Amino acid sequence: MIKLEIAEKVEGKKKFQFREVSYNLSMHPLKFALWLFIVAIIMFFAAFTSAYIVRQAEGNWLIFELPKVLWLSSLVILISSATMHWAYLSAKKDKITNLKIAIITTFLLGMLFLYLQFEAWKALVADGVFFAGKDANPSGSFLYVLTGLHGLHLISGLIYLGIVLWATFAGLVHQKRLLRIEMCAVYWHFLGLLWIYLFVFLLINHAN
Amino acid sequence: MATHIHNESASIDALHHEHTQEHAHEHEHHHEESFIRKYIFSEDHKIISKQFLITGLFWAFLGGLMSVIFRLQLGFPEMKLEFLRPLLGTWINETGKLDPNFYLALVTMHGTIMVFFVLTAGLSGTFSNFLIPLQIGARDMASGFLNMLSYWFFFASSVVMFISLFVETGPAAGGWVVYPPLSALPQAMPGSGLGMTLWLVSMSLFIVSTLLGGINYITTVINLRTQGMSFARLPLTIWAFFVTAVLGLLSFPVLFAAALLLIFDRSLGTSFYLSEIYIGGEALPNMGGSPILYQHLFWFLGHPEVYIVLLPALGITSEIIATNARKPIFGYKAMVGSILGIGFLSFIVWAHHMFTSGMDPFLGSVFMFLTLIIAVPSAVKAFNYITTLWRGNIIFTPAMLFSVGLVSLFISGGVTGIILGNNALDIQLHDTYFVVAHFHLVMGSASFFGMVAGIYHWFPKMFGRMMDEKLGYIHFWLTFIGVYLVFFPMHYMGIAGFPRRYYSFTGFDAFKSFVDLNAFMSVAAIIAFSAQLIFAFNFFYSMFRGRRAPQNPWGSNTLEWTAPINPGHGNWIGDIPKVYRWAYDYSKPNADKDGFTDFIPQNIPLYQTPHSNLPHEQELAKIQEAEDREMKKLVG
Repeated sequence: MIKLEIAEKVEGKKKFQFREVSYNLSMHPLKFALWLFIVAIIMFFAAFTSAYIVRQAEGNWLIFELPKVLWLSSLVILISSATMHWAYLSAKKDKITNLKIAIITTFLLGMLFLYLQFEAWKALVADGVFFAGKDANPSGSFLYVLTGLHGLHLISGLIYLGIVLWATFAGLVHQKRLLRIEMCAVYWHFLGLLWIYLFVFLLINHAN
Repeated sequence: MATHIHNESASIDALHHEHTQEHAHEHEHHHEESFIRKYIFSEDHKIISKQFLITGLFWAFLGGLMSVIFRLQLGFPEMKLEFLRPLLGTWINETGKLDPNFYLALVTMHGTIMVFFVLTAGLSGTFSNFLIPLQIGARDMASGFLNMLSYWFFFASSVVMFISLFVETGPAAGGWVVYPPLSALPQAMPGSGLGMTLWLVSMSLFIVSTLLGGINYITTVINLRTQGMSFARLPLTIWAFFVTAVLGLLSFPVLFAAALLLIFDRSLGTSFYLSEIYIGGEALPNMGGSPILYQHLFWFLGHPEVYIVLLPALGITSEIIATNARKPIFGYKAMVGSILGIGFLSFIVWAHHMFTSGMDPFLGSVFMFLTLIIAVPSAVKAFNYITTLWRGNIIFTPAMLFSVGLVSLFISGGVTGIILGNNALDIQLHDTYFVVAHFHLVMGSASFFGMVAGIYHWFPKMFGRMMDEKLGYIHFWLTFIGVYLVFFPMHYMGIAGFPRRYYSFTGFDAFKSFVDLNAFMSVAAIIAFSAQLIFAFNFFYSMFRGRRAPQNPWGSNTLEWTAPINPGHGNWIGDIPKVYRWAYDYSKPNADKDGFTDFIPQNIPLYQTPHSNLPHEQELAKIQEAEDREMKKLVG
C-alpha cells in the first residue's frame, strides 16, 4: 500500500507516474481488449454486409418485404440500451436497488428482442422466404444469417448481463467498482447499434 | 464529474496494485505452482510461447515431410513408393504409386499447415508471446487467461486437423484456399467429404485462437509498456508483432465469415457460393450463389495473411541484424513507416489473386497499381537491412546468417512479385509454378528463415542454454542452398507453363522437357528437409545439454536481456527496468569513456553516459536526471 500512496502523491504533481505497471492509456486494459473484440465483430459483420452487396450485384436476387416486426424489435433494443444506461448511472450513484432493477429490465428486454426476431423468422417462412433448400435464394439466406448471427452475439450479451447481475448481488458492482458494469454497457450498446446498422442496411438494400 | 472519474481510475489502480503486488510477492517467495498449472495450463507468457513453438515445430516437421512425399511423386513419377506403405497405407495404390487424391490432399495440407499452423501460430504465437512482455518491460500479457485460451484453441484446432489426416476419405484436398464449389460439395471428390468438414472446424478454432492472441498482443503493447518505453523507443520486433496483430484482428473475422457461409452451403443447403451445378449428371437444386464471392472474402484475409506471416520475420530480422552488425538499425523511422505502409496496403490489394476470375480489366489495373506500390515500403526495408550491414562489425552467428538469408530470399522472391502483380503478365503466369516459386521464396522460406533466426537468437533466453553454433552453420548452408536450388528452377517451369497442383506431367508432350529439372529439385528438397533434422537435434539436445547461457550472450540492448537467465513468472525480480533510450545504441562513439563497450542497453540512463550522448540527448539527460532525483526523494 506504500506504493499506492506514492502513486497518488505523484499523480498530484502530474509530472511522472510511479506505478508498477503504468497504463499508457487512461483506459483499463480489459476494457481496451473489449473494444478490440468489438472491432473484430465489426469486421465479421462488415464481411457479411459487403458479401451481401457483391452477391446482390450479380443478379438472380429474390425481392421480398422485410417483416414488420423488425421495427418493433429495433424499438425494443433501443429501449434496452436506455435501461442499460440507467443501470450504469445507478451504479455510478451507488443506487444498488435501481441498478438491480435496471439490469433485470435490460435482460428481459433482450429476451423480448430475441423473441421478436424469432417472430420475424416465422413471418419470413410464412411468406415463403427460406434459409436453405431448393426454394431458397441468397437474398433470404443472408437475412437469416445476419439476424441469426446477431442473435447469437446478443445471447453472449445476455450471458454477460447475467454475470454482471450476479456480481451486483454479490456486492461487486458499486460506485467504486464500475469496471464490470461499464464494460457490459459498452458491449450492450454496441450490440444495439450493430442491430440498428444491420436493420438500416437491410432497409436500404433489400429491395434494390 | 472530474473528481469522480479520478476516484474511479484510482480505485481501479488500487485493484491493479493489489494484483501486481500479489504477483511480485508470489515471485519473491518462489511460490511453487503445481506441474499442471506451471507447464500445461500455464498463464505465463513464456511457457505459452514455448507451447506454441513446440506445436509449431511439430507441424513444420509434418508439413515438410508432406512436401518431400509429393516432391518424390513430381521428381520421380515412375518410382515405386512401396516403401512408404507402412506410413501411408492404402494411399499407396496397388501399382505402388501415390494415390492421386492423396497427392491433392498432401499439397492442400502442406499449404494449410505451413501458412496457418507453422508461420502464423508457430511464428507469431511464439515470438509475440515471448518477446512482447519481455521487450516492453511488462510482467506478463494483459490477460494471462485469454493467452492460455489462445494456445488451447490452437491446440484443439491442431488436434482436429491432425485427426483429419486419418479419416478414410483423406484430409481436405481442394487446395489450401478451399474454393467452392469443390469444397462446398461433399460429393465432389473424396477430399471434399469429412476431411473438408474437419478442415472447416479446425480453421474456425484456429481463428478464435488467433483473435484471442491478437487482442492480447495489441492491448499489451498499448497499455503495459514500462516507464520511458514510448512508441518511438519500441524495438522493431514489437512494432512488427503489433502491426501483425492488428492485421489479424481485422482480417481473420472476414475469413470466419467466409468459412461460416461455406459451412452453411455444405451442411445446411444454402446457396451462397453455389449455382447451376451438375454433378455426376445430376442437377443440384442450388441457385443464385457466386463462387467468386468466396474468393473475395477469402483473399480479403488471404492477402493480409501473407504479411501476418512475413512481418514478424522482418521484425525479428531487424533486431538480429542490428545486434550482430553492432550498428544502429538504419532508418528506424523509415522501418516503422514501411511496416505501417505494408500493413495498410495489404488490405487493398486482395483482388490481384483474382485477375483471371473474369474481373473488369479496369478494376484489375487499379489493383495492379496498388499492388505494385507495396514494392516501395518493401524496398525501403531491404535497403535499410543492407545499409545496416554496410561496414558493420558483423558477427556471423547462426541467427545472423539466417537473417541475412531472409533478406536475400525477400529480395529474390519480391522481384518476381512485381511481375506477378502486373495483371497482363499474371494472366499467363496465374496458377503456374512461377507463382509457387514466388511465394515460397518471399513468404514461405523468408518467414521460415525469420522463425529459425528467432529461435537461434532467443534460445538462450527461452531455455537458459546455447544452441550449438557449428550445427547451426551446417543447418544454415544446407537450408539456404537447398531452398534456392528448389525454388529458383521453379520459375523457369512456371514460365514454360507448368500448372501447379498437377499430379504428374508425364502424360503431356509439352512438359517432357523438364523431367530432369523436376528430379533435381526433388533431390534438393530432400536435402533441405534433411538439414532440418540437424536443427531438430540441435534444438532438443541443447535444451537439456547445451552450454549454459550468459545473461546477455549477444551483447544486445533490449530489455529481455536484463531479466534473469531463467526468468520466473513476472520476469524481473524487484522493479521493472525503466527505459531511457532507444534499442539501437550499438557502437556509439565515445561509449568506452562512459564505461561501456559497443552497446548501451535501453535501461541505462542518458545521464550516466555523458561522453557518448549526442547533442540533443544531453538535454534529455538533464531532464531524466531531474526526474529520477525527484523520484528518489519520493520513494525515500
